[in-house]
Amino acid sequence: MNEQDVMGTLTQVFRDVFDDDDIVLSPSTTAQDVEGWDSQEHVNLVVAAEMRFGIRFRTAELESLHTVGEFARLIHAKLAASA
Amino acid sequence: LPDTLHWLAEHADLSAAIRDAKTVTGEAERLALAASLAGYRRDFTLTGRIDKLAAAGLESERAPPGLHPLRLALLSSHTVDHLLPSIRVAGLYRRLALSLYVTPYGMYRQALLGSDPALEAFAPQVIVLALDAHDSPLQLPLDATEDNVAAAIEKYVDGLRTLWHRARERYSAQVVQQTLVPTAPSVFGGFDGLVPGSPTALLERLNTRIRSVARQDGVLLLDLAWHVAQPGQGDGLGDPVRWHQAKQLVSPIFAPLYGDLVARLAAAVAGLSRKCLVLDLDNTLWGGVIGDDGIDGIRLGQGHPIGEAFASFQAYVSLLGRRGVVLAVCSKNDDAVAQAAFSHPEMVLKRSEIAAFVANWNDKAGNLRQIAAQLNIGLDSLVFVDDNPAERDIVRRELPEVAVPELPEDVALYPACLASAGYFEAVSFTADDAARGRSYAQNEARRAESNIATDMPAYLRSLNMRLVATPVGSQELPRVTQLINKTNQFNLTTRRYTEAQVQNLASDPACVALALRLIDKYGDNGLISVVIARPDPRLPPEELFIDTWLMSCRVLGRQVEEAVLDVVADAAGQRGARALIGQYRSTPRNAMVAEHYPRLGFSTHSTAPVAEPDSTFWRCELNARPSLQHHIEIGQP
Repeated sequence: MNEQDVMGTLTQVFRDVFDDDDIVLSPSTTAQDVEGWDSQEHVNLVVAAEMRFGIRFRTAELESLHTVGEFARLIHAKLAASA
Repeated sequence: LPDTLHWLAEHADLSAAIRDAKTVTGEAERLALAASLAGYRRDFTLTGRIDKLAAAGLESERAPPGLHPLRLALLSSHTVDHLLPSIRVAGLYRRLALSLYVTPYGMYRQALLGSDPALEAFAPQVIVLALDAHDSPLQLPLDATEDNVAAAIEKYVDGLRTLWHRARERYSAQVVQQTLVPTAPSVFGGFDGLVPGSPTALLERLNTRIRSVARQDGVLLLDLAWHVAQPGQGDGLGDPVRWHQAKQLVSPIFAPLYGDLVARLAAAVAGLSRKCLVLDLDNTLWGGVIGDDGIDGIRLGQGHPIGEAFASFQAYVSLLGRRGVVLAVCSKNDDAVAQAAFSHPEMVLKRSEIAAFVANWNDKAGNLRQIAAQLNIGLDSLVFVDDNPAERDIVRRELPEVAVPELPEDVALYPACLASAGYFEAVSFTADDAARGRSYAQNEARRAESNIATDMPAYLRSLNMRLVATPVGSQELPRVTQLINKTNQFNLTTRRYTEAQVQNLASDPACVALALRLIDKYGDNGLISVVIARPDPRLPPEELFIDTWLMSCRVLGRQVEEAVLDVVADAAGQRGARALIGQYRSTPRNAMVAEHYPRLGFSTHSTAPVAEPDSTFWRCELNARPSLQHHIEIGQP
């Protein structure tokens, strides 16, 4: 899966979690840009992404997930490492 | 991916169905769609979307049709906000329109001991005290004595009871106490349990004490500590990463399961638990098809893994019956064949435990309606268990009120599946419950008896039965020998013979050796009975001794024996016999035929012609034979 595929799948995760098919993400998207992205939904995003991509974020990595780009890069790195 | 709601049916595309439902106008219509989609297997994301679909409908003033409104407050020591959608959606599946209230994080004690105007305004009907072991843990040294531990537990439980009493006093709410999920890793290994002050032993003792006082105080349990120990019940529910990230005792992954545990309990409080378990027969209660395989061919009982698994499921069902769950049967079968299956020696579930028994060739939806009407309960009280996915689908579509668990393919998993589905969640267990199963069964027995008195002859006539008797020849020999060697129940003497021995008897012109077939309007039942009567040197030559008489239980209760006696008496008469002498040789398996000969009008034969223990002998004079009533035509081979 290349970074673009990861962005595409991650967009679907966001659309499912927020039940909003109009969500469009860019690497710089942050919680401020998405309605409803609060701390509770953040946990839901983390867990939904883990389930969708079949990965696990470590406790230490949770603090670095502020932007969609950070999400996507970390996911891509984990997928590449496990490939 | 954990499959935590495995008893729910799989939707072909639940995501697309939710997307479509969102476009429907009318909040009541969307709520109704959400309630139906809540019945499919769903992860927390799909569950959250169904919750959004239902939101406007649930918040509206009008009571939604088919859903019972209930106000439930969660007073929690851990984060529960992420669990609310799952509780509401599970509520829809359990036929509840739930309003939820959550006290601010960590404020559960203040809400009950102090004042909480918002909670008062909410007026909860159910209060769930959702506590965890991290909250005010029992602080004891590892080498604490039994007495130290007992005192600490008593102090903690006293604190809980104060909260329970306040909750009931102030809100008249039903209190539900969540037991404390063990999250601490072991300190000593298996030795933990032997050290009273170890975290594992402490928590176990505490939960045991909570369970005991809860029943005294009329408090119900959300017994998470027990649930997490069940197979397939969400592997501890939590995840230490989620605890450190957001103080979530329950990971979002397990939110749908937790939601259902809360909702099923709330539904039970509202009187919405199911009352009746309706069971299919073939491949649900036993392996194989009784109509094809016969009573000796179905797989049930000790000796084979699959037979034991079915017996184990029957034992679980029987226990539910004794708990007060009403048991019923809904099977596509010939009624007499299905009923007769319950004489199988390994049958754990007794016919008398079943309150309503419907076996016919009609569609199951119609039969489920009939069962509900007969038991005078609603369709929404029924749980229908059938191994056949097509039957399950039809019933779900035709009767959405009926709960239809998605059974696993392996019968060994049936009991756990039915148990984890939580359809019969209880809030009490009384002497009445224990007696209910019995009283339903007695009513059914009476009803059945009156049916026999009025309808049985008509029923038997309607079967258009024809009995075909063939002298045992080379063609019949293998099947006849097989039946002689495997029939245990309807077998007067249980004499086992080799094929050669049968052939010797059959080829003797003085002998009557008959293979009997029964044909009815449903088709040919095949070889169902064997009779061998022979002269005996200890008897006068004009008397014929019935050496062997056996019958397949498939055709019990159809007066086949009466018709067989007609055939045997004719054949004996043709050989110049004046009397038939019958023997009943008792075995552990053939009590059902102890009264066979007197029922057929034989009289006691006082002097035993053959010296054999455990035997009674019977005599029938052929020229003074009482005519027996039956509804079977004697046919030519």
